[in-house]
Amino acid sequence: MNRVIPLGILALAILAFATLMLVILPGIQIRTEAPTPGLRPYSEAELRGRAVYVSEGCVYCHSQQPRSLDQAPDGERGWGRASVASDYFYDQPHQLGTMRTGPDLQNVGARLPSEAWHMTHLYQPRALYDWSVMPAYPYLFEVKDKAAPGDVVVALPERYAPEGKVVVAKPRARDLVAYLRSLDRTFPAPPTAVRDDGYSEQGEPR
Amino acid sequence: MSVTIGLLLALSFLVSLLALAFLIWAVTNRQLQLHQGQAYTVFTPGEAGTPDDATLPGDDAQSVGPHHYDAEREGIDAVSRRPVMILIGSGIAWLAIGSIFGLMASLKLHWPDWLTDVAPLTFGRVRTLHLNLVIYGWLSMTGIGVALWIAPRIFHTALRHPRLPVIGAVLWNIAVACGALAIASGWTDGEEWLEIPWQIDGLLALAGAFFVWPLLHTALRRNVDHIYVTGWYYLGALCWFPVLFFIANLPGIHSGVQEATVNWWFAHNVLGLWLTPLGVGAAYYFIPKIIGKPIYSYSLSLLGFWALALFYSQVGIHHLIGGPVPTWVVTLSIVHSVMMFVPVIAVAINQHVTVARNLWAFKASIPLRFVSLGALMYTLASFQGSIEALRAVNTVTHFTQYTVGHAHLGAYGFVSFVLFGAVYHMGPRLTGRQWPAPALIAVHFWLVVVGFAIYFFALTIGGVLQGLAMLDATRPFADSVTVLAPYLEARSVGGALMTLGHLIFAGHFVALLAQGRAPHATTAPTDTVPATQA
Repeated sequence: MNRVIPLGILALAILAFATLMLVILPGIQIRTEAPTPGLRPYSEAELRGRAVYVSEGCVYCHSQQPRSLDQAPDGERGWGRASVASDYFYDQPHQLGTMRTGPDLQNVGARLPSEAWHMTHLYQPRALYDWSVMPAYPYLFEVKDKAAPGDVVVALPERYAPEGKVVVAKPRARDLVAYLRSLDRTFPAPPTAVRDDGYSEQGEPR
Repeated sequence: MSVTIGLLLALSFLVSLLALAFLIWAVTNRQLQLHQGQAYTVFTPGEAGTPDDATLPGDDAQSVGPHHYDAEREGIDAVSRRPVMILIGSGIAWLAIGSIFGLMASLKLHWPDWLTDVAPLTFGRVRTLHLNLVIYGWLSMTGIGVALWIAPRIFHTALRHPRLPVIGAVLWNIAVACGALAIASGWTDGEEWLEIPWQIDGLLALAGAFFVWPLLHTALRRNVDHIYVTGWYYLGALCWFPVLFFIANLPGIHSGVQEATVNWWFAHNVLGLWLTPLGVGAAYYFIPKIIGKPIYSYSLSLLGFWALALFYSQVGIHHLIGGPVPTWVVTLSIVHSVMMFVPVIAVAINQHVTVARNLWAFKASIPLRFVSLGALMYTLASFQGSIEALRAVNTVTHFTQYTVGHAHLGAYGFVSFVLFGAVYHMGPRLTGRQWPAPALIAVHFWLVVVGFAIYFFALTIGGVLQGLAMLDATRPFADSVTVLAPYLEARSVGGALMTLGHLIFAGHFVALLAQGRAPHATTAPTDTVPATQA
């Protein structure tokens, strides 16, 4: 090849084609979907909590996209039904994730609804599971001599409790837990909803 | 559904027509005729047949002079020296910092209570710092530096506007540093490979323009009719990356699953259309240059390049197999992933046969060993990637550390190894001095080879076990964590050896610079004559 301009034009044309196929066409198809019936927008506190989830990088260990039972036993683990595109209507930035160092969180609010559980788990995961490799997040909490009215006190086994003091959640921890508890897409998905049906053994792929 | 299929069919018909029209144009204009003689473009007359490695023992120990044909390029190299030195030096500094963050992230996966007191050192941020520093700092800056050094040599004319890349390097460094600070403080765009906030991305984009224009202008003013294969890859990468970067970082227009498709279209194209061309392009230059013989089959390289552009650009959605994205786009990406065998085999035949016919050079020259081992790992990483995209395989490996091992086989085993070799080859020519302690080059080589072997096999085996545990509904999720634990520890051992190798590499580079630059004649011509052989 001996020409710079044709090379550049063809290179860009190929990329434009890829953009059309991978970005524009799927975008049009996904954007035409209404939110899944039952999905509600996040509240203010949940959105603040989502921002904490994003900035701490939870996505690098937790996915939010259960697979179908045709492919994997995600549903049997209590992670919920296979997710569909319209479940993510209010998500920006998306947090689908590509790693499961920890379990999928798409429906963690339905599976683990207790605020107290999440507080203990965020402060020290090994207080609940000795095998856990999740980081502890002590900086989302503060250690006080005595809880003030309205404080959320973290319940801790003796081994992890600071002696003679109490651990209370900072606002960031409370927001984060509000977000985690809001993750509940257990309502049914319409049969025509968009998802990868490549593992499905019956029916026409959508 | 039927509308989608109809649209896709109409579209592929249209694209085929356009491609056919282009093919007719290309054939009539002799764009597709390559002859083996053009593979000699990397040489100057009489040079082919002379191996070229300044790190070989027995050469003039103090000042330069192991390869007398370098004198002919002296005028060309002198012009690009400053920007190249700044870019490579910056890249190596980011490598050292980025590797330390990588090692920290690795340790944190089996020491979860280590350094948890402050937010910037939490796993989610340290891991992200590692990725962004090695991709945008080390690989991109060093890759551009190598490109700015090679391009004028294959175009046989000096770099145009050599001051612009210096400004670009300063801006790029500021942007990477700001991006790192932002991520450490929790300010992130929140998508893998796109974490640097878009406000800072604007600065990266501006800095990029300072590299694109000089390279493009040099290509247009070249002193040889033929563009050598390395030049195709560089020109392609320069067209592709700005577009990718701009579209993916547009704030406010992407959301939900649609954003996820943009995310993986971008993230995989950063590998395929940016880092891969930088690595393959450099390998296409250094392998024949160091051996002193042209590549095996020059016409095959044309197939390798265009097939890479066609197929690699559409593989991204294989990161969302089994996810909430349309089935057809997942299938499209899987098909293209498998088609990647075509360009990879083309490049593999070209590069590996050239090296295999000259194994003496592989044994003698450590720069060549780095580059050709890197090229070999490109082949392996690509084969692995094609197989990993198959639905049955992906069910096991998706969401596991297996993917992390694969990513490092590409970005580290391939691109980083090629760049290591490139820097060792270029160092003496940039400074006019020999490497102060050539034995350290071998130490670096063996540390990263052994370290990376441990790293890769630990994550590959551990990842498969993790995936199988997760697929077995009778085993609790905890099994997938505990089965992986020893492999994560092994990965930290491998990663520590690699990091040590990088620190030695960085120290050696500083020592090379500390020797100062050898005096040179400044009257050398800024154009050379390419070698030809019909």
